[in-house]
Amino acid sequence: MSLKVGVTRFLGTNCDQDVRQWFSLNGHKAEYLWFEDQFNSNDYDMLVIPGGFSHGDYLRCGALAARTNVMKSVREFANKGKPILGICNGFQILCEAELLPGALLRNKDLRFIDGWQTLKVENTTNAFSKKMSVGQTIKLPIAHGEGQFYADSETLKKMVDQKQIWLTYENNPNGSMLNISGITNAKHNICGLMPHPERALFDWMGSSDGGFFL
Amino acid sequence: MMTVGIKIMPRDVILDSQGRAIEESMKNNGFKFEGLRAGKFLEVSFSNENKEDVKTEIEKMLKIGGLYNPLIEKFEIIF
Repeated sequence: MSLKVGVTRFLGTNCDQDVRQWFSLNGHKAEYLWFEDQFNSNDYDMLVIPGGFSHGDYLRCGALAARTNVMKSVREFANKGKPILGICNGFQILCEAELLPGALLRNKDLRFIDGWQTLKVENTTNAFSKKMSVGQTIKLPIAHGEGQFYADSETLKKMVDQKQIWLTYENNPNGSMLNISGITNAKHNICGLMPHPERALFDWMGSSDGGFFL
Repeated sequence: MMTVGIKIMPRDVILDSQGRAIEESMKNNGFKFEGLRAGKFLEVSFSNENKEDVKTEIEKMLKIGGLYNPLIEKFEIIF
């Protein structure tokens, strides 16, 4: 089934074209959504908040983007239980908007890190892991300076109980609690992850495991 | 014109890796102290000089505007 997908664009978003192409390759129609404008949540089946350095990463990563007009519509879309995927900076934006629990802090060694990571699939209860199975490992690239997932112990416990841990790192590169790489909200319709599935679509890219998401 | 400072610091439970790195560098240079944490400081100017009004507005900026993230940060308003 061909889906209509909205892809948000903030000042400094830089993975928007890759994401759009990823959906086009899978036969879906992706449209850009400008940060200053609201949209009709009935017009889309799925939303993606791609990575980048929205609004210069100023104040805190994702903090300024989380308070823009487009996010008012994203919130409405989320409340309808429709699927949203936040990748890298998109994950940070969803946490800042409190649509996902926790926060993403500076990497534990303070450095921007990039490279391939092996991830373990912990849960497959969301729209972006229909082709995954629990316990499976996938290979995806990361590229971030602020990817250390933090939540207080009470929140973490709740997340584990509600099966909100989606993906974990095999070799935790940034100090994330419980090796967390990707999570979902309690209703499992909103998902966020630090690695970039849109950068791993064909073997010549280094991995084609981005294919497991759609 | 009234200029107000907002000090934003990582909460005590947060591992402040920036502060740690600065602390380590200082200690490697022979300075002796017990601890160092790094945060940020904002200055906001208002034409309204009524302290109560300004305080209310800053609190709104912090809590509704998202100037700080209560999960990981604490703040202090400095007049």
